[in-house]
Amino acid sequence: MKPVLKVRGLRYRYPDGTQALDGVDFHLDQGECVALLGANGSGKTTFVLHLNGLLEGEGSVEVCGIPVTRATHAQVRAKVGLVFQDSDEQLFMPTVLEDVAFGPANQGLSPQDAAARARVVLEQVGMSSALHKAPYHLSSGEKRRVALAGVLAMQPEVLVLDEPTTSLDPPGRRELVKLLGDLPQAKVLVTHDTELARVLATRAVFFERGRVAAEGPVDELIRRFDWSSEVQKSAE
Amino acid sequence: MHHVVVEQWSRGSSPLHALDARAKLGALLGFLIAISTTPPLAQAAFAAYAGVLFSALVAARLPLGAMFRRAALVLPFAATFALITWWSGDGARALALAEKSFLSGLAALLLIATTPMTQLLRALDSLGMPRPLVLVIQFLYRYLFVISEQAQHMRLASRCRQGPSAGRRSRFRAAAGAVGVLFARSWERADGIYQAMLARGFTGRFPAFAPARFRIRDGAFLVAVTAISVAIRVSL
Repeated sequence: MKPVLKVRGLRYRYPDGTQALDGVDFHLDQGECVALLGANGSGKTTFVLHLNGLLEGEGSVEVCGIPVTRATHAQVRAKVGLVFQDSDEQLFMPTVLEDVAFGPANQGLSPQDAAARARVVLEQVGMSSALHKAPYHLSSGEKRRVALAGVLAMQPEVLVLDEPTTSLDPPGRRELVKLLGDLPQAKVLVTHDTELARVLATRAVFFERGRVAAEGPVDELIRRFDWSSEVQKSAE
Repeated sequence: MHHVVVEQWSRGSSPLHALDARAKLGALLGFLIAISTTPPLAQAAFAAYAGVLFSALVAARLPLGAMFRRAALVLPFAATFALITWWSGDGARALALAEKSFLSGLAALLLIATTPMTQLLRALDSLGMPRPLVLVIQFLYRYLFVISEQAQHMRLASRCRQGPSAGRRSRFRAAAGAVGVLFARSWERADGIYQAMLARGFTGRFPAFAPARFRIRDGAFLVAVTAISVAIRVSL
């Protein structure tokens, strides 16, 4: 399998001195889905921000064979679609259609072609009835779908999803999991939702204090780090 | 989420809602020029302007009482100048000042209550308003709801912990702290939004808005309102 993401020795220190990443190696093959597990502050989100050059640390990041540098940002951002944890931050245009067309328009498509592509992906995520709605009139689940559509409209090869099921109600979560399962792209899932990781991911990577502590089958890592999100009722 | 009432009105349906925002903007401008240049003693003209606005309010199916109350919000500002004028012995001019303020406020409110913000911004953009200004309003309007919702949550949380005996001083301290937190959160959010924009290939230039079609009835409305305003201004 050809790797779509290859990261070697990635280090990043925030301006306040916090060492967020301390030598991370990572790879993702075509069509693979990897769950990034780990405690809050272990460096998962900081790591994914490096995958399309939003943060630049030491070490090397390659996307489909292209090294991530300032000169390749446009190319890399077209290949790695990042869906943020807070959909409100991702939906900034006045209407759903304009928001989803934002990425394709930045890729150089004419307004008509960008809108046409936006309509296709909105249909795919089941949001074609909301074309002219303002994002603040949508529910959390709908916002998440539109945010996903905005990224899919750029036809990326890798999808990076940061906590995709946060603040979704159970039906919304089920629908999103099904939708994600049907998408052919390689995926990186940053999540605390171990059930989601079990259903979608083929492999898991466990982050600890800015390093990869372990990687392997999802169930094995969840057992090893006692990471299940299920709560047992205590015996009386 | 608690939306502002005017925003809900703007999504209503009526002949006035269906008109192009540029036609309504042009008509408002003509109407305001006519009102502001009307001599103070021409009370019949003010009655006629009020008649025009009243018919428009009825046509737009807007709640009259609520519209009048909101338009009256301009009166405290106008009252200062009206009082000074009245004390200097020019009662007619003072009355005209208050009337002009109220009617202008009502006319502007009528535009906002019958035009969704997205259409209004598109109209301002196509009429040549500087793009950075349009974008600032667009972002402000988009995130005003998010920030005001955050503020409401914080207010509830602070009231839950204050108890009935909290003095004015402690309430003031809590409010001041909340404003600080809101500012910091908005700052972080702005950063998040910018990252989301970059992730979707933003290079500093926003894609153009799709232009709306200006129909014959829009032109007819613009001409009719301007003609009526000029006729009232000249003949009464």
